[in-house]
Amino acid sequence: MSGKEPVAVVGIGQTKHVAARRDVSLAGLVREAARRALDDAALDWADIDAVVIGKAPDFFEGVMMPELYLADALGAVGKPMLRVHTAGSVGGSTALVAAQLVAARVHGTVLTLAFEKQSESNAMWGLSLPIPFQQPLLAGAGGFFAPHVRAYMRRTGAPDTVGSLVAYKDRRNALKNPYAHLHEHDITLAKVQASPMLWDPIRYSETCPSSDGACAMVLTDRAGAARAPHPPAWLHGGAMRSEPTLFAGKDFVSPQAGKDCAADVYRQAGITDPRREVDAVEMYVPFSWYEPMWLENLGFADEGEGWKLTESGVTELDGDLPVNPSGGVLSTNPIGASGMIRFAEAALQVRGQAGEHQVEGARRALGHAYGGGAQFFSMWLVGAEPPTT
Amino acid sequence: MSPAPAPQALSAPLVVEFPFTRSLGPVQSAFLTGLRERTVLGVRTERGQVLVPPVEYDPETAGELRDLVQVAETGTVTTWAWNPEPRRGQPLATPFAWVLVRFDGADTALLHALDAPGPDAVRTGLRVRVRWAAERTGAITDIACFEPHDSAPDTGPTTHDGRFDDPVSGIVAPARLDYTYTPGRAQSDHLTALTDRRIVGERCPSCHKVYVPPRGACPTCGVATTDHVEVGPRGTVTTFCIVNIKAKNAMNDAIEVPYVYAHIALDGADLALHGRIGGIPYDQVRMGLRVEPVWTDGARHPDHYRPTGEPDADYDTYKELL
Repeated sequence: MSGKEPVAVVGIGQTKHVAARRDVSLAGLVREAARRALDDAALDWADIDAVVIGKAPDFFEGVMMPELYLADALGAVGKPMLRVHTAGSVGGSTALVAAQLVAARVHGTVLTLAFEKQSESNAMWGLSLPIPFQQPLLAGAGGFFAPHVRAYMRRTGAPDTVGSLVAYKDRRNALKNPYAHLHEHDITLAKVQASPMLWDPIRYSETCPSSDGACAMVLTDRAGAARAPHPPAWLHGGAMRSEPTLFAGKDFVSPQAGKDCAADVYRQAGITDPRREVDAVEMYVPFSWYEPMWLENLGFADEGEGWKLTESGVTELDGDLPVNPSGGVLSTNPIGASGMIRFAEAALQVRGQAGEHQVEGARRALGHAYGGGAQFFSMWLVGAEPPTT
Repeated sequence: MSPAPAPQALSAPLVVEFPFTRSLGPVQSAFLTGLRERTVLGVRTERGQVLVPPVEYDPETAGELRDLVQVAETGTVTTWAWNPEPRRGQPLATPFAWVLVRFDGADTALLHALDAPGPDAVRTGLRVRVRWAAERTGAITDIACFEPHDSAPDTGPTTHDGRFDDPVSGIVAPARLDYTYTPGRAQSDHLTALTDRRIVGERCPSCHKVYVPPRGACPTCGVATTDHVEVGPRGTVTTFCIVNIKAKNAMNDAIEVPYVYAHIALDGADLALHGRIGGIPYDQVRMGLRVEPVWTDGARHPDHYRPTGEPDADYDTYKELL
């Protein structure tokens, strides 16, 4: 036996993401997503060989090492259970660690899950500890990223209307996704454009919500895929890259780690022209302007050209390169789960199971996540066909 | 020649404190509401064991557990450890024993405090009973502690539907962590220089980039930085945002919105630091604006940065710092 074992996604489960799930504990929340993923794969707890779980910093909910407490709920007793932690990109990194366990033939079938219960937490507080001697000047996540958006606009000459177009598109896509948090049935472009400027140039409607939710996937080998009742999504490439939060020469608009991560994924998948060869993209866009920024960073557009794809409708659900058909992070943001939701939604697309937000004929899709101060990147490319190499 | 004495590194307490909320779900809701009503509930597993405290999912089979039972308020100590110096927030203020108590009718034990005069009064196998708190709210603290109680083990568990009037669905769990923060040699040097209103960074001996504030090492080259470089005081606004909402954070309360939160590349520094821009209407701040720090008495850091009146910096001079 040589080479890596092909990895198949045979089960996907999400909770209905909402502002607050006061009816369930953390255990109840993760259980719901895991059970749905098992049902999708027609498997039970005993069929799982290992569990890989991810969430954002412990301070968010104040449960230290929640993976210990959640072992019962995820049927992990007597099995290896790992926890992955890479800030906002964690959902993606978690899925990749699980995939590597299958690819390396360490385990045959792995349950992977990521979650956040933001209603029981305070992300702003959790990220803003009162460090002694430092200047108390904090502007929140939006304040951290807004200057980079302004730098992008300056660098590319993008008109200031592009951000609203992304938010308007993603919120309309979310209306077709029953699991999305925000269902703004009366959304109009004018409403997005009229929403208050929070961290100029970022408007309220161009920011992500705060959500409770979990997402789970069952990953398995060729034998497991052959037993699966529904068509699997096959992993064609996956990679992670990191860089420091701050360093001299860091490109905040288009971080090198993101470019390198995407290049590695395309190389593994044999993709030379992502713009033509990828049918759908689920990218991590917590603030609307990150769509054009990532379009460039991920190689879908030349530097300075990303906003033109957005403006011309290429990234619409019926466009040439649909971006965030699920509604994206702008419509659903249980932080720790957000990356895994991108990966899972990419898999749903190539399985043909995305329902009303299905991209017609999607054969290859990219899932993307980033986190921290744009310093952790994780991505996977999944296809409807098994990999040939 | 003796080495120069190491400069005093700074140090200060860092307290991390937050009242987290918890949604309980059906099983923990019944358990904590039961304590409020002086009723101890457990849950029966698929193999018939009784778990107290109860859990939602079977530790052995992963099955969903909802079969609640009531156990006695008496039990047996299964193991213990003496706590000679209780800390803040612990169940008792006087020395006590941490105990695992298996309630009569249960197969597992619950961690709590035992009020005993000294370690000589505690042993594994000791019979105990719950001392209920006078005021109960639906929390583990409704059990004030356990106390020694000579009694024969009670009969087995009885079925309980877990239903109570006005059930508790959530709790608040305050968390507090006490740290001592020491910023280290490089940041201490930087902070000390700030008291003389000098902004001092460090240069990487390998790539020659100047880091402000310094962190003692270059993150790109992975080597220590020791060469002090005074930068500024003037600098260039590389990019910024206008903050229109007040952060829910006490540290920021003094700052009125809107204000400009800017990245400022001080002259001689190779990356921008963050600061507030004042002395100019917020809607007139622009990329390339030349600024200088404004110091106030009693504050270590510049209060804000204000325009110098120089012509704006050319975009090409700072575009690599974005």
